[in-house]
Formats: sequence, C-alpha cells, structure tokens
Amino acid sequence: MSEQDDDFELSDLDDKELVEQIQDDLYDGLNDEVFEGVEILLARNWDANDILGDALVGGMKVVGEDFRDGILFVPEVLKCAGAMKQGMGLLRPILANSAIDLSLGKFVIGTVKGDIHDIGKNLVGMMLEGAGFEVIDLGINNPVENYLNAIDEHKPVVMGMSALLTTTMPYMGVVLEELDKRGMRKDFHVMVGGAPLNQEFADAIGADAYGRDAARSAEMASSHARSVKAC
Amino acid sequence: MQIKSVTFTSRPDLSAANKFSTAGNAQQGNVHQCKSQEEKSQKKLVLGCGALVYELVELIKHNPLVNQVVDLHCLPATLHNTPQLIAGEVDKFLSEKGADYAEVLVAYGDCGTAGALDTVLAKHQATRLPGAHCYEFFAGSQQYDDFMEAELGSFFLTDFLVKFFDRLVIEGLGLDRYPELKDVYFKHYTQLIYIAQTNDADLQEKAKQCAQKLGLEYRYRFVGLDGLRPVTKPIMQPSAFSNIESAFSNIEVNYV
Ligand code: B12
Repeated sequence: MSEQDDDFELSDLDDKELVEQIQDDLYDGLNDEVFEGVEILLARNWDANDILGDALVGGMKVVGEDFRDGILFVPEVLKCAGAMKQGMGLLRPILANSAIDLSLGKFVIGTVKGDIHDIGKNLVGMMLEGAGFEVIDLGINNPVENYLNAIDEHKPVVMGMSALLTTTMPYMGVVLEELDKRGMRKDFHVMVGGAPLNQEFADAIGADAYGRDAARSAEMASSHARSVKAC
Repeated sequence: MQIKSVTFTSRPDLSAANKFSTAGNAQQGNVHQCKSQEEKSQKKLVLGCGALVYELVELIKHNPLVNQVVDLHCLPATLHNTPQLIAGEVDKFLSEKGADYAEVLVAYGDCGTAGALDTVLAKHQATRLPGAHCYEFFAGSQQYDDFMEAELGSFFLTDFLVKFFDRLVIEGLGLDRYPELKDVYFKHYTQLIYIAQTNDADLQEKAKQCAQKLGLEYRYRFVGLDGLRPVTKPIMQPSAFSNIESAFSNIEVNYV
C-alpha cells in the first residue's frame, strides 16, 4: 500500500502522517516499523488508547475490508495481525495501568469441540481487545464444560464461539441448549462466527448475534456492551 | 503447475462400438440406431473437484461404457481455499451445461459450503458424494472419526495433495513467502496422515518429506478409491464392457 520511498525516518513525520504510515506498515505486515511508530507516538505523549484506536485498529479495519473483498488473503492477514500484535504488546501494559477504566467488560471466546481452526477467532479476539474488551481466550477444541466454567469464573458481557468445519458448527447449538437449560441466557450475549456460518444458521440455533468478520464483530459486541453499561 | 480445469470427454470410438455390436445380436442396424438415441438421452456428467481428477479419470477409464457417453469436468482444485465460491461455480457450470445430461453426479463433499452446495444441487437435481470433505469420504466416515478421536491434531494429505503439496499447501498458505507462519497455522498439529488412493512408493517418500517440512510426525494409511463409488457406480456398466478402455482415451488437462 505504501508508495513512499524506504529512506525516510518515521520520526520525521508529523502525527497525522505517522498514524497513516503505521496503518500502511501494518497493512504491509512490517512488525518492526509498527513497533517503532507506536514507540514514537508514545514518546510524543499520545494516549495509548488513541494509538490503539487510530493507528492499530484503524489499520486492521482496512485489512479486514480488503480480506472480505478478496484483495488480501489469509497469509497476508496473518502478517498484518502479527504486526498489530507487536504494537499491542507495547500498549497493553500501559492500558492495564491506566487510571481511567475504559473496559467494556469481559468477552469469553473459544473454538468449539472437535475444531482446531483458530485464525479467525484470534483475529476477532485482537479486534475485541482493541475495542476495549478484556478477552478471555479459551483456545481450541472446547467442550461445553469449558464455556460453562469460564462463564462462572469471569461473568462475561459476551460469550463467543467459533467453528470452521461444517461438522463442528452444530456443536454451537449443543452449547446454546445447555445454556438455555440452565437458564443462563439472560446473563450475557452469545455471538457466533466462522467462515461456514451465516445469519440463518445463527438464528436457527438461537444465538444472539452472528459476526461476519472481526471488525464488524467488535462493533456489534461494543454496542451491546455499551447498552448494558448504560442500563 | 496448477490444474485450471480438466475437461475429459469420453466418446465411444468406432472400433469399440463395432466390437460391441458384433458381439451382440443379428439386428445390428437396429441396435446402432437405438444406441445413438440412447446415447444422447443417457449422457451423464461427472462434475468434480480438480483435486479428484486423477482418481476420477482412473475409475472411469477402467469402467468405460460403450452405449452411453460420460463427460467429466473438473473445477479448479484451488477453490478448496475459497469454499464460498464453490456453490456459485457449480451453479454456473450446471446452469450452462446441466440440462444436456440425463444425470449429474457431483464429486464434491460439502467442502465447507455449509449446505450452499446442496441447495444448488437440489436446483439441478444433481447428487454429490456423502460427507463433509474429501478426507472424510476417502477414509470413510468411521475411519476418519477414529483418526480424529485418536489425535485431533491430524493433518491429512491425499495423493493429489502430496503431488501438488508445494503449490496447494506451501504456496496456498503463503509459507513460501512467509515461512515463519508455519507455527501460526500448525501449532496445534502433531501428525500428518497420508491417506493414500494408490500404493505408490514415490508418493510415500514425498509425503514423508511433506511431514518433515511441516514438522509433523508421519503416518500412512492406504484407503484406495472406494470413497468415490457413489459417484462412479451409477456410470459403471457390467464387466462385459470393462476391456474397452480406448473409448476413454480422449483426456484433456489444462494447466496454468
Ligand atoms: C487456514 C485453513 C486451515 C489451517 C488452519 C490453521 C489454524 N491455526 O487455524 C490448516 C491448514 C492447518 C487447516 C487444516 C485443516 N482444514 Co482448513 N481451512 C483453512 C482455510 C483455508 C481458511 C480458514 C481461515 O483461517 N480463514 C481466515 C479467517 C480470518 O477467517 P475466518 O476463520 O472465517 O474468521 C473470520 C470470520 O468468520 C469471523 N469469525 C470467526 N470466528 C468467529 C467467532 C466469533 C465469536 C465471531 C463473532 C466471529 C468469528 O471473524 C473472523 C475474522 O474476520 C479454510 C477455507 C476458508 N477459506 O474458509 C479451510 C477449511 C475450513 N479447512 C477445511 C479442512 C477440511 C481442513 C482439514 C481437515 C484439511 C486437512 N488436509 O487435514 C484440516 C483440519 C484437520 C483437523 N484436525 O481438524 C475445510 C472444511 C470443510 C468442511 N466441510 O467443513 C475448509 C473449508 C477448506 C475446504 N474447502 O475444504 N485449515
């Protein structure tokens, strides 16, 4: 995406140019450059939350759109995610120590039993963190007990399930049934996602929301969490 | 090298047809006339995934028909990585060509289309292979489940994937450009299982190297071609015809 020459110093750029450059470098999957850009903004006394939102999440949104439109493919998206991780690594400790609580609450997420695909789940987790959630990642191959235990322990605002196989997506229905049986559905929102899913399937199993991609999922989860906070 | 599309059209050649007629009965003329009408009405289509082309050609080649025409057409194997396009591509092909055939047999599993392929097939009154994907129908559902039960971190290769490993797996996942992504993709995997369609020492050797490249333990299981029977059985004929292989000599494979 970047068409500028390589021989310039990031520190020579003004704030606006630097944010754009970080977005470009993130798009190009350049870990070191993103790290350096974030460092410079921090040194210029930028708020960590603004760096996260403007430079990193802003950059990842473009990546997500281009992935959806078939311009970027999985390997490139993974490189971008790696670069975003670098930047987040710098910001996370600062955000955690921040005096103002910007947290939207907890989001428990995991890939369902029988499935070990986790790229999409990890991307969603990253965007949720960027949006202000504390993400509890249960990893892969989760039986219903894992979700139940995590809900007990963390009292999330949203719980998310991911599945990439047509053979494992029905298991989401099993988890939802169990939550229904235990009368737990009013306590939090349940979001589902994964390439083979669609809105129709999410409706059929009774999920609260279907997340088509990471950026959209983060927006949906945020607006739900805000509405809960407002109550 | 990547298979773009394969059009394999079988035409009963004259010598084969003559063999059949003379071996038949005295009313040769009638038999011929009847047959040409039947040929058209009984023409069948096998529409398959490019990843199955060798196996489909092999099976059809060994079981040719004389009195009817079978066309085999394969869509690009690379659709595997973009399953959201599979149903649309199948629909496009069948909308153009499907009506020419008495029966359409589709050599795909669900392949991650989550029912979208089945909706298209219902529209065209076509049938497909049972199962979620080729690893399941080649190994058989029971054996596949057993593999997964024993070790969920199993990655499967078929003959086709072994042959085109570099193109479809290494390049397909971008590992040629970004070798460091190997761990991102395969961190939860421990073994590679080569479920073989043929007993081929060279392919087994290559599959071992594939496992090494991915840093996975190597396992081998011969599973053969039985998984394709639901598609190939309806086009098989009594063994009387099985010696007429020349009828299926017209195979065209396009590479890009
Ligand atoms: C990459 C990939 C792999 C990688 C997985 C690496 C990893 N760590 O996850 C590897 C190569 C290891 C792999 C292995 C296998 N795979 Co695979 N894989 C894919 C592929 C190409 C892309 C998936 C992906 O990561 N997409 C990129 C991410 C960003 O997109 P996403 O997952 O859809 O996630 C986005 C949204 O869906 C959403 N989202 C996702 N989760 C969630 C959760 C929530 C809560 C929300 C809100 C949103 C959300 O947001 C995400 C970000 O935008 C798909 C095909 C495809 N295009 O879908 C096949 C695919 C899923 N795999 C498939 C198969 C068959 C397998 C194997 C069996 C193949 C084999 N040779 O052994 C094995 C699995 C074996 C096992 N033990 O389970 C099939 C499944 C077929 C079916 N019927 O279900 C597919 C569809 C390919 C195909 N057409 O056959 N695979």
